[in-house]
Amino acid sequence: MLYREAGQFKASYQEDSQIFPIRQDRVGFIALLAFFFLIVPMVASQYWLQAILTPVLIFSLAALGLNILTGYAGQLSLGSAAFMAVGAFATYNFMLRIDGMPFLMAILLGGLSAAAVGILFGLPSLRIKGFYLAVATLAAQFFIVWVLVKFPWFSNYSSSGVITAQEINILGYAFNTPESKYLLTLLVVTVLALAAKNMVRSTTGRKWMAVRDMDVAAEVIGIRLMRTKLQAFAVSSFYCGVAGALYAYTYLGTVEPEGFNLTLSFQILFMIIIGGVGSILGSFLGAAFIVLLPVFLNIVLHSFVGAALPPGFGSNLELMIFGGLIIFFLIVEPHGMARLWQIGKEKLRLWPFPH
Amino acid sequence: MERKFGEVVIDLQNISLSFGGVKALTNISFDVRKHEIRAIIGPNGAGKSSMLNVINGVYHPQEGRIVFNGQERREMEPYMAASQGISRTFQNIALFKGMTVLDNIMTGRHMKMNCGLLSHMLHWGRAQKEEIEHRKKVEEVIDFLEIQSIRKTPVGRLPYGLQKRVELARALAAEPELLLLDEPMAGMNVEEKQDMCRFILDVNDQFGTTIVLIEHDMGVVMDISDRVVVLDYGKKIGDGTPDEVKSNPDVIAAYLGTSH
Ligand SMILES: Nc1ncnc2c1ncn2[C@@H]1O[C@H](COP(=O)(O)OP(=O)(O)OP(=O)(O)O)[C@@H](O)[C@H]1O
Ligand SMILES: [Mg+2]
Repeated sequence: MLYREAGQFKASYQEDSQIFPIRQDRVGFIALLAFFFLIVPMVASQYWLQAILTPVLIFSLAALGLNILTGYAGQLSLGSAAFMAVGAFATYNFMLRIDGMPFLMAILLGGLSAAAVGILFGLPSLRIKGFYLAVATLAAQFFIVWVLVKFPWFSNYSSSGVITAQEINILGYAFNTPESKYLLTLLVVTVLALAAKNMVRSTTGRKWMAVRDMDVAAEVIGIRLMRTKLQAFAVSSFYCGVAGALYAYTYLGTVEPEGFNLTLSFQILFMIIIGGVGSILGSFLGAAFIVLLPVFLNIVLHSFVGAALPPGFGSNLELMIFGGLIIFFLIVEPHGMARLWQIGKEKLRLWPFPH
Repeated sequence: MERKFGEVVIDLQNISLSFGGVKALTNISFDVRKHEIRAIIGPNGAGKSSMLNVINGVYHPQEGRIVFNGQERREMEPYMAASQGISRTFQNIALFKGMTVLDNIMTGRHMKMNCGLLSHMLHWGRAQKEEIEHRKKVEEVIDFLEIQSIRKTPVGRLPYGLQKRVELARALAAEPELLLLDEPMAGMNVEEKQDMCRFILDVNDQFGTTIVLIEHDMGVVMDISDRVVVLDYGKKIGDGTPDEVKSNPDVIAAYLGTSH
């Protein structure tokens, strides 16, 4: 079936405002969900599920969180990892300190805790923009990690702040295999991604973008800048917080505050730059790219060049490719891979008659 | 053409505004009556845009009183002005560049939409109903301004004249009581100007919207406005019907003194 919009007339505004207005996209999306929910758990190896797919999903969620703030609401942040840390440690403490706390509820509360902290560190955005705001969020990055290390209460007095995630148990079912953890992660990420898509195509998202594109005009049509920016900080941090909780519970199992460092924040930023600033799909593409590139390079280097390489060559090459790509996307295609995908689709829509 | 105007919608009394040492407005008073088209004219830098900025709360005058709908208002922020029914367009287009025409106009309607974050996340039931309901209203504005064919176009890709029209559409989507237009026809060709004039008159006629208009094209001003305020160096030098203003010696002097 050709990828076509022609012949699909929208008879109502309801049809026109669907989440995927083009039928092929709708079918494609359902097929994609079916593939990742049904086929992948059956065919993928434990290694792929545990070490690749689960982290891709978690980083996608964190990138999505940053994209809401930076790509949609236009507020730059370098503190994503710190908000993940808040989510992880808050979830841990809710599980630890409240008897019979259901896991999903703990994650929700963890996300909400991150949202609250996000609002706090979003306050400077009311006064400052761009580079200076980025520096202020940098303060959040260091301060939050410092607090989690400084006050051992957060890690239940374990040595050097390491926490070990409790077992996940939902309605009597224990999520302790790579398959089940992957599926749980996939479910949470899918639900939150759809919610994000819904937000950005409604008044909430339009207000964010209005503030991003022209804040004076936004204010003049009645948008309250303070409320809108803080809301974006809250939602963004919520997403990062949930990602952090999943990072601890379904991916690593044990985490320490220092794990949520500036490097991780930068990685999440690179994901949205490469994947696409202001794009939900881009958050996934960017996360997949950054997690998969080293894996891919490793395979290529091993099979073609073998052991003749100096140690560290692979990781250096990786850094060079990242650097090059980031410069490429910043200069040539600021909307990232998602935009390339969209251009491809537009070409396809006309193919094979480009005129 | 004699028209009956209603009561005073906004009354500006002894407004003075300065930026540091620069006096942008000095002791200006005038009023705007319901349903009229009130023009503000004057040479460059006369303080016209500053006047609009005072009306919708972007600038706070150091002195003077503003009475809007019979109520004196204190320090007013732009969003409050918007919630009281004041919309505007800008001299330098201030559209949301990354969004489509439709989204820009829908954003102009946000004040009338009540659903919150959580229902937007679900986009089901009430939120969906609200979105569709307001989409219908927005489509009316789109039809009115004849921009159906560019609905889904990102505004950044549109030519200047159309961008100005989309900006008017965004302002109209809020169904304003008072509409402030800052040089809506600047940089347009004759045909586009005619269209814009027609739209402004239609808005005024069909929706009964009160309009304050800044315009440099004297022909247009004399044609469509009911009363004109003339500013020069931040001072009011004339106020009255187009004919009265045209024959005012101070106004003639100000205009002959500059290159208009
Ligand atoms: N935000 C501001 N800060 C400092 N000075 C300002 C500001 N806004 C306006 N002014 C000054 O106030 C005076 C009036 O400016 P304004 O923009 O109101 O003029 P105008 O009549 O709209 O001119 P134009 O026809 O060029 O648009 C000018 O001297 C301008 O430099
Ligand atoms: Mg001006």
